[in-house]
Amino acid sequence: MNLPLDRLTNVTGFGMITGADGYLFRPTQVEEFYEILQLAKSTGRQITMRGSGRSYGDANIGSESILLDITRFNQILSFDPQTGVIDCQAGVTIEQLWRHTLESSFWPPVVSGTMFPTMGGALGMNLHGKNAFKAGPIGNHVIEIEVLFPNGEHSVLTQSDPLFFQVISTAGLLGIILRVKLQMHQINSGDVRVLPLSIPNWDAQFKTFENFRNEADYMVSWIDCFARGKSAGRGDFHAAYYMDEPSQFPITLRPEHQDLPDTIMGFFPKSVVWRFIKRLNNRTGMRFTNWAKHTSGKILGNGKPHPLSLVGFNFLLDYVPNWRNSYLPGGFIQYQSFVPAEQAPRVFAQQLELQQAAKLESFLGVMKRHVPDNFLFSHGVDGYSLALDFKITKTNKESVWKLAHQMNELVLAAGGRFYLAKDSTLTPDHFTQSIGPESFQTYAQLKLRLDPDSILTSDLARRLHLDPRD
Amino acid sequence: MSLKLIGTKAIVIGASSGIGAELAKQLAEGGALVATIARRTDRLQLLSDRYPERVFPFAHDVNNIAEVPDLFQKCTDTLTGLDLIIYCSGVMPQVGPHEYSTDKDIDMVNVNMSGAVAWLNCAATRMEGTGHGSIIGIGSVAGDRGRSGNPVYAASKAFMHTYMEALRNRLARKGVKVVTIKPGPVQTEMTAALGISNAMPVEKAAQLILHYKDRTGEHYLSPVHRIIFYIIKRIPSPIFRRLNLK
Repeated sequence: MNLPLDRLTNVTGFGMITGADGYLFRPTQVEEFYEILQLAKSTGRQITMRGSGRSYGDANIGSESILLDITRFNQILSFDPQTGVIDCQAGVTIEQLWRHTLESSFWPPVVSGTMFPTMGGALGMNLHGKNAFKAGPIGNHVIEIEVLFPNGEHSVLTQSDPLFFQVISTAGLLGIILRVKLQMHQINSGDVRVLPLSIPNWDAQFKTFENFRNEADYMVSWIDCFARGKSAGRGDFHAAYYMDEPSQFPITLRPEHQDLPDTIMGFFPKSVVWRFIKRLNNRTGMRFTNWAKHTSGKILGNGKPHPLSLVGFNFLLDYVPNWRNSYLPGGFIQYQSFVPAEQAPRVFAQQLELQQAAKLESFLGVMKRHVPDNFLFSHGVDGYSLALDFKITKTNKESVWKLAHQMNELVLAAGGRFYLAKDSTLTPDHFTQSIGPESFQTYAQLKLRLDPDSILTSDLARRLHLDPRD
Repeated sequence: MSLKLIGTKAIVIGASSGIGAELAKQLAEGGALVATIARRTDRLQLLSDRYPERVFPFAHDVNNIAEVPDLFQKCTDTLTGLDLIIYCSGVMPQVGPHEYSTDKDIDMVNVNMSGAVAWLNCAATRMEGTGHGSIIGIGSVAGDRGRSGNPVYAASKAFMHTYMEALRNRLARKGVKVVTIKPGPVQTEMTAALGISNAMPVEKAAQLILHYKDRTGEHYLSPVHRIIFYIIKRIPSPIFRRLNLK
């Protein structure tokens, strides 16, 4: 039996390095999910789950599969302004969440650097934010999920079910999350107090994170990957704190206060900014940009706290619209590794040295603090993560992959982990080793039981052999 | 292996002989994945035995238009995608100077035209959605004018040129490459009986076709043809018919 050819579409991951053609389905009703599962079985096709397509690599694409896009399955079903519990369909985005709840003094407990991911995608990847050291991944704040499994089972799972911790984090490969009940975080102000600190080197980076760990609500540090020697690891650290406001209905809680302006300084349209970044988006340009950012961070506002909207602080990636286009035509990958605290200083320093030796410095480096969690494909370690962006061109792909594999070895030797939403370079062995053979075995058994016909897949799953029948 | 072809996912229709067979061979040698399609699968077997992991033979008679949509999807499934489709099936029976054989002519219409439409429509539907890929149709210098030698062959190739041009005008803006190749005589089974002395070796023709695979437009395979047919196309009809060109 055939699928209609006119459903075909080509989609890429957020990094745009590879695309895949799939048969696009965008259901709005639960019954349609059942029908699509049935269709997959009768046509012998696999299904790739896709939300907003914010995963950088190949987790949201699947060649010749049914592309089950949940972005139209996006109704908020209920919200209790007293308790902050929100019940929503899986296609609801982080943006929908905060717009719906902010004026009742609630903010999503965990958000990524962009507000566009869907809840289904967020839980598939179990994403984290700049408050990972306190709040863990988003799965920690979920009260229940409703899941449709390819074997036909349809269950509501809570934190008392082991399966809850297995469906969340496994990249949409065990079941289709249909509905999510989430505990939102109560706040008193729509602003956070941000404290910027200019950091001279790796030592100071790690010390600062440990110093602020108990008091700050959010922590993140930007790393200049071009700096070497004594300055290696220099960058700008930001701690942020939730604020109190005396007012009953603070103006900061209104979406109008949160909305990012679409111009810079009131006149320069942001929509064209990526075209200027594109000019700078090469080794020389980024060496300069990183230097300029560090220098200005040292001179301006260093150590001076200031208020900033929650949106402005959290969704830095949305500040310049379409910024990823500055990486065209080849696209880019993000490489993020998670390393236990005692090993992180050594591993990150070595990762930077490897990049510099290969003349492939990451144009952007971001460091965060994490804590362990109970999810099956957890990327949470008691330690740090370093996220790196690498531009991919016609000529450098092989050397970037070689560099990534060298960095993978360092991470694995240190007992570190990886994050499937960011991954493009892992091999099946790397991945199994990082989560441990036991976790992988558990996953393999679940996959056989819950997905007996190998329906759920993705190009990432195929690359990492996440189906025991492969 | 050539870097350009590694991983390319290609369908070649009419891959058992002539230009199609050579294209399939060069694609496979270059590291591409190829679905080879022909009536005579025994002829496809040789190549797939040599590259079992890259060459996938399918038996199909292009007269059997009804089975094309299914088979097309089977091919794209096997290849896990589609970057390139080349329609090479074509027949050119010997036609005498005073012969008007409807059997022979309808056969040409079916193989050279209807089959092409059936296959390339599938590819066009797919590529309009996915926004990438190349469609190559093999026309001929014979299609540039209605010479007296083989009226329906010439007409079928002229059809190909116009059909491909129209596809190009629909799909180019979607990012799809639509390429018309106009070979002159090439050393194949089809031309063997004609006894043409200066026919182009088939290896050379296939190389050139793959060279043009991402270049939207019409391409002659030799610069001489480009010049000659530029002139021939412009000869006024009253003069043209007095020249008695076969």
